[in-house]
Amino acid sequence: MVRVLKLELRGITKRFGSLLANDHIDVVVEPGQIHCLLGENGAGKSTLMNVLYGLYDPTEGQILIDDAPVSFRGPGDAMAAGIGMVHQHFMLVPVFTVAENVALGAESTKAGGFLNLEDTRRKIREISDKYGFDVDPDALVEDLPVGVQQRVEIIKALVRNAKVLILDEPTAVLTPQETDELLDIMRQLKSNGTSIVFISHKLREVKAVSDTITVIRRGKVVGTADPSAATTELASMMVGRAVNLTLDKAPAQPQETTFQVRDLTVIAPNGTHTVDGISFDIARGEILAIAGVQGNGQTELTEAILGLQDRVAGSVTLDGKELLGRSVKEVLHAGVGFVPEDRKVDGLVGTFSVAENLVLDLYDKAPFAKGISMSPAKVLENANSRIKEFDVRTPAAGAAAGTLSGGNQQKVVMARELSRPLRLFIASQPTRGVDVGSIEFLHRRIVAERDQGTPVMIISTELDEVMELADRIAVLYKGKLVGIVPAGTGRDVLGLMMAGISPEDAAHADNTRTGAAPSGSATSTATAEGGDHA
Amino acid sequence: MPEKHKHVADKPDNAQNANAPAEETAAVVSVDTAGGAMEPSAVPATAQSGQLPGGPDTLMRKIFTGSGMVSVLAVLLALIIGGLLIASTDERVSTTAGYLFARPTDFLGAVWNAATRSYIALFQGSVFNPRGNGLALQFAPLMETLTIATPLITAGLGVALAFRAGLFNIGGQGQIIMAGIVAAWVGFALDLPVGLHLLLVLVAGIIGGAVWGGLVGLIKARTGAHEVILTIMFNYIALYFLRYLLNTPAFQRPGESNPISPILDPTAVYPQILGTQYRLHLGFVLAIAATVLVWWLLNRSTVGFEFRAVGANPKAAQTAGINVSRSTILVMALAGGLAGMAGVAQVAGTEKVLTDGVAATYGFDAITVALLGRSTPWGTFAAGLLFGAFRAGAVQMQIQTGTPIDIVLVVQSLIVLFIAAPPLVRAVFGLNPRKKKSTPKKGSKTGSRETAQAAAGGAA
Repeated sequence: MVRVLKLELRGITKRFGSLLANDHIDVVVEPGQIHCLLGENGAGKSTLMNVLYGLYDPTEGQILIDDAPVSFRGPGDAMAAGIGMVHQHFMLVPVFTVAENVALGAESTKAGGFLNLEDTRRKIREISDKYGFDVDPDALVEDLPVGVQQRVEIIKALVRNAKVLILDEPTAVLTPQETDELLDIMRQLKSNGTSIVFISHKLREVKAVSDTITVIRRGKVVGTADPSAATTELASMMVGRAVNLTLDKAPAQPQETTFQVRDLTVIAPNGTHTVDGISFDIARGEILAIAGVQGNGQTELTEAILGLQDRVAGSVTLDGKELLGRSVKEVLHAGVGFVPEDRKVDGLVGTFSVAENLVLDLYDKAPFAKGISMSPAKVLENANSRIKEFDVRTPAAGAAAGTLSGGNQQKVVMARELSRPLRLFIASQPTRGVDVGSIEFLHRRIVAERDQGTPVMIISTELDEVMELADRIAVLYKGKLVGIVPAGTGRDVLGLMMAGISPEDAAHADNTRTGAAPSGSATSTATAEGGDHA
Repeated sequence: MPEKHKHVADKPDNAQNANAPAEETAAVVSVDTAGGAMEPSAVPATAQSGQLPGGPDTLMRKIFTGSGMVSVLAVLLALIIGGLLIASTDERVSTTAGYLFARPTDFLGAVWNAATRSYIALFQGSVFNPRGNGLALQFAPLMETLTIATPLITAGLGVALAFRAGLFNIGGQGQIIMAGIVAAWVGFALDLPVGLHLLLVLVAGIIGGAVWGGLVGLIKARTGAHEVILTIMFNYIALYFLRYLLNTPAFQRPGESNPISPILDPTAVYPQILGTQYRLHLGFVLAIAATVLVWWLLNRSTVGFEFRAVGANPKAAQTAGINVSRSTILVMALAGGLAGMAGVAQVAGTEKVLTDGVAATYGFDAITVALLGRSTPWGTFAAGLLFGAFRAGAVQMQIQTGTPIDIVLVVQSLIVLFIAAPPLVRAVFGLNPRKKKSTPKKGSKTGSRETAQAAAGGAA
C-alpha cells in the first residue's frame, strides 16, 4: 500500500501583471480522493495546476503536503514530493518504446552508467498488471492508440511514486468507450490510495467519478459541490448564471438537396486513403453532423471540400456546380462558409488584429477593398458591428486576435464566416475549447443559419455536441462512412459506431447488452438511412 | 506603444490560460526556461510571436519584428562596447593603465577621451563638420551619408518586405548585381533621349532585380526549395555571371584589360539633386518614394494584407483562400525589384560604371538594416540612414583619430548580436518592467523570498 498524502493549496494567488489568474484559492485534496476542479476554459484551473506542479511561483499563498508547507522550484521538486501530472497532450517520444519513455528523465543505471531498462520494464509490468492497463513495455508509443498512450503517461507518474495524480482534461482525446475505461482506471487508482486531481469541464464525467467538486470561476473558488448535484446546478455554478444545457431547436425543415458528396476519396502523400469513398447529401435547412474519433478522416474531408487537398477523387457539388478541383477562393466565393477545426492554426492570424481577422477571407471584396486599395475605416466599421453582434470580448477591434480567449477567438472566426450570405456552412469542432456560455451562443447561431435555409455540416468529436445539433448523424471510422443515423440515436450505439461497428450491429450489440430493445424504430431508420453506404 | 502591445500580448499565455490548455502553458514555460533551469523570459515565446506554428521561423520572426526600443538600446550598447574597444587600442589608455592603481582617474579619462574623440570624428564625418568652409561644406558629410544610405534603404526594404511575407531573402546581393548588369547595359549601350534613357535604365534595373528575386519565389512555390539556400546560390550565380560578362566585348570597356564597363551615358545617370558639389543623387528621392510605397503596400493594400497573412500564418492564409504560391512569387519579385533599385542607384548614381564590386556588401548589409528596422518600412529607412552614417563617418574617423574603419563593422555586428538577444539588452539596461510584475518569477530571488516568507508565516 502506498503512503497516502494530503495535499492542500492555501490562499493561492497568482497574478500576471494586472491580471489576477488565481485569487486566494483554497483546495484540500484529501488522501485517496478524486477531487475535481470544474471550471470553464480560462477560469484559472490550469494556472493553479501549474503552480502546484512547480511551473509557476504563486504570488501569494502556499502549498502544504501533509500539513507541512513546501515550495517547488520546478516539476522535478513536485515529482519528488509525490505529485504527478498527465498533460492533455502527451509528453511522449513517439519513436521510443513504452519502457524508454517511462525511463526518460529517471533512468536507472547499471554499474558503469549503462541504462537499465529491465528494471523499468519490470516496474511497468507490475503497474500494468495491478491496474489491468494491458501495456506492453516494448511497444513503440507511436503504434499505440491514444487511450493506451494516456495510460503510459499515468504509468510514468506512478513509476515516479506519484501519490497525487493531476489529470488535465484527460478525456478530450478519448472515444466514449475509452473515456469509460479511464474513469474505471481512476476509481482503481483511488482504491489503491492515489489521490487524483481531475480537471474537466465535462459535467457527465465529473459527476461519474468525483468525490468532491471544487468549482472555479474567473480565478476564484465559487463553491464546492457534491457529485450528486444536478447537472444544471453545476453548469450554472461554473458559468455564473443559469445555463440552458439543452438547445431549443425546432425540428429541421429540410428543403431541396443542394449539397452532394459522391464517392469522395482523399489520398494521403503516403498513398493511404484518408477519406475512402464517402457519399452523402445535405439538404437546405438541415444539419448533418459528422461524428467520429479524432483522426478518422474528418480533417481531410473538410479540406477536400474546401480545395485544400491535392489528391482527391469523386465529386462534390454545391447548387449543381462541381467544387472539386477549384481553388479555395473559388469555393469560398461559391458561398461556402468554413470554420476550421483548429482556429489558431487555420482560422486566425494570431498577430493580426481582430478587425483584420474578421475580414481574413473578405479583404479583397467590396466594401473592404477597391482595386488593391483597402479601406481601414470599412474594416474597422465591420469589426465593430461584428464584435457587437457576436459579443466578442476584446479590449479593442485593434487588439491582436491571439490575445483573446479561446471562446472569443472562435466567435471571431464564426462571426467572419456567418457574416455573408451562405450556400453551405461547414464548421469543424465549432466549440472546441470554448466555454459553456459561448457554446450555447455558438450553437444557437448555427441553428439560426440552418433555419435560414443553409445546408450545415458540423464535424465534431464531442458526442454531446453531435447529439445536440444534428438532424442526422454520419459516423466516420478510418476514412469510411460507418453509416448515417437519425438524430435520436443513442450514445452507446454512436459510441460503437465510432469504433467501426456498423449501425445494425451496434444497435444489436447495444440491445443485447442492455437486455432490452428500446428503440426498434430508430434502429430500422438507421439501417435504412445508412444502408446505401454499407 | 510596442511596450503596451507586448503587455497585452503576454496576458493570455501566461495568465488567462483561456486559450491555452495547461499543457501548452507548461510547454511555453518549459521552452522559455529550458525545462525550468532558467528564469522565464519576460514574455513567453509564443506570446512574443503570436500563435505561429514552427520553431526556428518563429524565432527569426521574433528577432525581425520585436520592439523598436530594443533596436535603439542595441545601437547604444554596441556603441558603448565599440567605444571600449577603441579605447583598448589607444596608446594613452595603455600608458595610463600602467599606473592604473596609482591614478585611476588618468586611466578613466584616457578611456573617455579615446572613445569620444573617435565618435566625435565619426559624427563629423557623417553629419556635420564644423571645420568645413561655409555651410555647404559643413553639411557635405550628411550628403555623403544620404548617398551611401540610398542603396542600403532600398535593398533593406527588399529584405524587410520579403520577411513580412515570411521569406528570408538573403539574395539582395545577387538581385543588386543582376539589376546593375541590366541597368548598366541599358545605360552605356543604348542611345536614347534625355529622360527616357534614365527611365529605361531604372525600369530595366528594377525588372532585372525582380526577375532574379521572382525566380527564387517561383522555384520555392513550385518545388518547395528553401529560399535561403536558393538566394545564397543565386548570389554566387549573379556574381560570377557578372565577372564573366565584364570580360566579354559586350560589357568590357574598349581598350581596357580590367573587368570594368564603359561609363554610362550622361543621359542615363541620376541627376545630382543638390548640385554637383555633392554626390547625392535622385536615387535618394526614389528611396524615400520606395519607402512610402512599401508602407502603403503593406498597410493599405490587399496585396500587403496577403503578404502579411502569409508571413504570419500561412495555413490560415491558405484556408482563407489566399494563394500562398502566388504571394511567394510576387513578394520575391517585389523584393528583387527593390534591391534592383539599389543596383540602379549604384551604377546610375554613385559609380556610373559597372564593376564586379557594384554591390559591395550592400546586399548583406541590407539584412542587417532590415533587422535593425524591425522589418517596418520607416524603421528600415532609419536604419539605412544610420548605417550610411557609419560608413560615411568611418573614413573621417580613421583620418582624424587613426581608429581603424573596421571598428564600425564591429559596432554593426554588435548591433545585430544585441538585437538577436533582446533579453540581454533589457537586462544590461535593467529595463525589464514586465518582468517584475507579470512573469512567473520561478527560482528568482524575490520569488523564493516570498515563498520563504509565506512558509515562515504558515509555520508561525
